[in-house]
Amino acid sequence: VDRPVNPDYTRHHPKWYRPRTPIFWWLRSGAYLRFILRELTALFVGYSAILFMAQAIALGRGPGAWAAFQAWLGHPVVLAFHAFVLVAVLFHTITWLGLAPRALVVRLGRRRVPDGAVLAGHYAAWAVVSAAVAWLLVGR
Amino acid sequence: MAETATLDILRYRPEEESEPAFERYEVPYESNWMVLDALNHVKDRVDPTLSYRWACRMGVCGSCGMMVNGEPTLTCATYLDEVLPGPVRVEPLRGFPVVRDLVNDLASFVDKLKQVKPWILRADDADEPEREHLQTPEQLAEYKQYSMCINCLLCYAACPIIELEPGFLGPAAIALAQRYNLDSRDQGARERGDIVASDEGIWSCTFVGECSAVCPKHVDPAGAIQRYKVAATLDWLKEKIPWTGR
Repeated sequence: VDRPVNPDYTRHHPKWYRPRTPIFWWLRSGAYLRFILRELTALFVGYSAILFMAQAIALGRGPGAWAAFQAWLGHPVVLAFHAFVLVAVLFHTITWLGLAPRALVVRLGRRRVPDGAVLAGHYAAWAVVSAAVAWLLVGR
Repeated sequence: MAETATLDILRYRPEEESEPAFERYEVPYESNWMVLDALNHVKDRVDPTLSYRWACRMGVCGSCGMMVNGEPTLTCATYLDEVLPGPVRVEPLRGFPVVRDLVNDLASFVDKLKQVKPWILRADDADEPEREHLQTPEQLAEYKQYSMCINCLLCYAACPIIELEPGFLGPAAIALAQRYNLDSRDQGARERGDIVASDEGIWSCTFVGECSAVCPKHVDPAGAIQRYKVAATLDWLKEKIPWTGR
């Protein structure tokens, strides 16, 4: 049988094929895409922290600065952007907290605390901190 | 269901072609066939030049890992039914060079595995223990999960970091390091830490988590790596805080 011949091949010398990784490797599967989104949405978590600090600074500068800041927050474009930021932060938080039981092995005596309880603990902490922030901002 | 199943197998014959290409094969459909049975049919009845690795046919030897429809799969443990309707795409594992057809060169993994010293290291009675080191069932349970690894390397094929950073130790090697670190008879955690807790070890992992999703033995290497990160961070903190007496 006549077979084609690879001119670059040297007899008895291994010639490995090494595939290139495509730039869009993260579109190969839903799991990779979720991972990339989880990592990218961390940027919006950082943005939220900076926003919160800016809000505190405006508060410290007095009523004028605070009112200006509130007006900026109320602008439709800013509102729309922040709605998107909220979704991104929620996505990040939920996917991130979902990973926590895999990394944290908590023991009470000889028994390992079940994953569900570790997860519930994280959500409880999130709720407490969120409630404290909400109380600071609007409750008083 | 049709009487036949169609397989698209990635063929690479370096003496004939410089790049792999898919070739289509028709095999009879049998409801009790694994993907590996279909490959064996091709090799026995259609084209004896097809190259791939397999041995035990029962999910123990870890030889027959391949990409099936783009997913890292143990072909002896996956029914043809699970991957139909075809054409079923069969490719060599991702993340390793291809030697021929479905055969990967796995030398990089073997080298990484050696680096983590996957055996019991003792500081005191290294060569000849006076008696056996006893272990309770609870102590066994601590690491047993990680000892189930069969080195099939599906986790490496599932890990994008392995492709992007070839120096990364990878899921199985780290899980096996953890298997010994968590063994009550072992005293080598610090020694292994030099490599496992380095940049090429746990800190390259970004927790995609797919290694654990594809593991046929439920080893959870991703969990092992994250636990290792927590432990390494606590160790580092203890070193930095003066009153912990290190």
